[in-house]
Amino acid sequence: MIKDPQTFGLLVDNVSRFVRERLIPHEQTVAETDEIPETVRREMRELGLFGLTIPEEYGGLGLSMEEEVRVLFELCQASPAFRSLIGTNNGIGSQALIIAGSEEQKQRYLPRLASGELLASFALTEPEAGSDAASLRTSATREGNFYVLNGTKRFITNAPEAGIFTVLARTDPEAKRAAGISAFIVEAGTPGLSLGRNDKKMGQHGAHTCDVIFDACRIPAANLIGGQEGTGFKTAMRVLDKGRLHIAAVCVGAAQRMLQDALRYALERRQFDQPIAEFQLIQALLADSKTELYAARCMVQDAAQRRDRGEDISLEASCCKLFASEMCGRVADRAVQIHGGAGYIAAYAIERFYRDVRLFRIYEGTSQIQQLLIARHLIRRQTA
Amino acid sequence: MKVLVAVKRVVDYNVNVRAKTDGTGADIANVKMSMNPFDEVAVEEAVRLKEAGKVSEIVAVSMGVSACQDTIRTALAMGADRGILVESDTELQSLAVAKLLKALVDKEAPGLVLLGKQAIDDDSNQTAQMLAALLGWAQGTFISKLELGDGKATVIREVDGGLETDSLTMPTVISVDLRLNEPRFVKLPNIMKAKKKPLEVIKPDALGVDTSPRLVYSNYREPPARKAGIKVPDVATLVDKLKNEAKVI
Ligand SMILES: Cc1cc2nc3c(=O)[nH]c(=O)nc-3n(C[C@H](O)[C@H](O)[C@H](O)COP(=O)(O)OP(=O)(O)OC[C@H]3O[C@@H](n4cnc5c(N)ncnc54)[C@H](O)[C@@H]3O)c2cc1C
Repeated sequence: MIKDPQTFGLLVDNVSRFVRERLIPHEQTVAETDEIPETVRREMRELGLFGLTIPEEYGGLGLSMEEEVRVLFELCQASPAFRSLIGTNNGIGSQALIIAGSEEQKQRYLPRLASGELLASFALTEPEAGSDAASLRTSATREGNFYVLNGTKRFITNAPEAGIFTVLARTDPEAKRAAGISAFIVEAGTPGLSLGRNDKKMGQHGAHTCDVIFDACRIPAANLIGGQEGTGFKTAMRVLDKGRLHIAAVCVGAAQRMLQDALRYALERRQFDQPIAEFQLIQALLADSKTELYAARCMVQDAAQRRDRGEDISLEASCCKLFASEMCGRVADRAVQIHGGAGYIAAYAIERFYRDVRLFRIYEGTSQIQQLLIARHLIRRQTA
Repeated sequence: MKVLVAVKRVVDYNVNVRAKTDGTGADIANVKMSMNPFDEVAVEEAVRLKEAGKVSEIVAVSMGVSACQDTIRTALAMGADRGILVESDTELQSLAVAKLLKALVDKEAPGLVLLGKQAIDDDSNQTAQMLAALLGWAQGTFISKLELGDGKATVIREVDGGLETDSLTMPTVISVDLRLNEPRFVKLPNIMKAKKKPLEVIKPDALGVDTSPRLVYSNYREPPARKAGIKVPDVATLVDKLKNEAKVI
């Protein structure tokens, strides 16, 4: 936690300058080659972007949630692919360790995650278990000092390059749904662990996902996160609470960029002898976008502050994820509209962003799942 | 050897500055401020000299309002060891800054003073020269290469006619051009470490310097907007217009 506004201000300025001078100029190449160049990755590591949220005692910056979302507002004005690269180490890939890991597990992995030497993935989703994550089937069977994993994980972000995986697997086939699930750390290269081919995605090229397959994959029993079976699903849900707020902040950043691009275009493009920004119908698109963007930003900041104060923000995190990702989609759509035909052409960043941001309404809980969660929280509170 | 690096807080280079409508100045209320880009090059050079073992201490100095501390912190995050702010709420013109710098040089006794060749706000390009004159030191301005030898500094200057190589007797004042180096991105953890580095704040009075302005800026105006060009049908028309309308040939 930095707290001191002067120091934090410098940090945010530095990130926004990095975005402007180093990331945005590489966006097009990243999209075309489906690869973030090694020089840029190195710069991202050197800057310290992989360890934003990892505690200082393990080599990270230990940003508070509020600080994290404010950094994301800046960082995510560049292609979402860059955020995706650092996203798992700062979020779903490392959080289970931070929340529930033993001191030994933390010492072993967190410093290398903070430096970016190692990439972490979070493997929950399976071919038959998406929204209904608690129905997952990957099994972990205890054999002496080992667990043996069997099963397939799907659409796992950063898996092709990951050094470690946080894996959710069923240790107790008898226990019902969530109660039988445990979380493990699996190192890349463990015999019995293999990867599928990179998924061909609609957008966010440069960010990679693939299947992760466990076939009699033996891992040391010491890799059970927290050392206790049956607590994995609860940990995963806590990871996702934070993850949802993180994604909501990502949506705010991306929407800001799209609105900025649309505004610039509207001021430059002339039709009927005037800039299209003079037309009130275009102004309505801009104004609605700005208003929703501002609302999402306020929500995210409020929920982040509450989380920093120790409040349970499960419900608020879902509200933020739902509203910010849907807002982002609407802003993307309006920004394409403002660009007219140019918005459909790859030479303009908005064509890419429109596809990139579609994902935000789907992963880490779809919009429908967020609606269910929010309503369930409300009903439970009312009837408790 | 100790190096003094001067850093100025200016309007960020991405900001489109507008003149105030009453012509009394540039409108810089609520605009983003950053370190003068030329000064960043100066800090970077000092840090490289330190990394190469040729410099033992880097002192970053700035003059102006309290917020200039941000600029000094940036220099500290880049690798300077400590900072000094001469705090003043009144306008400081080049000569006042040069005098303040002279007083700090007398106090700190550096072997080298590095400055940007100009600041992107007023583009005066004179502080380094004034400082060298006040100190009676050799000066190397607009440099794109610097090598420190035994009691000498060899510099390449970017002059109108090309590149000029000079050998300067140390101690010396050097103003840097953009091609000297490419400043590093500050590592985020270093920003946090910079918080713990010493930053001293003093007043001009304590240095015995009279900083009252000597120049009065009477009017600020924006350059006239460029008119749209026209297309001419052929070369003959072009030559005719250049001769008879623009009267340039
Ligand atoms: C690019 C990408 C990266 C990803 N990265 C990761 C990762 O790193 N780790 C990981 O574990 N997973 C990851 N995922 C998986 C992602 O979290 C899931 O795709 C998501 O949770 C949805 O699950 P599903 O695809 O199985 O869809 P389904 O659950 O099959 O949903 C299909 C549709 O049905 C709706 N639906 C489902 N249940 C209900 C219900 N009860 N009520 C109403 N509607 C319902 C959904 O909202 C959706 O519209 C990633 C996915 C993608 C595309």
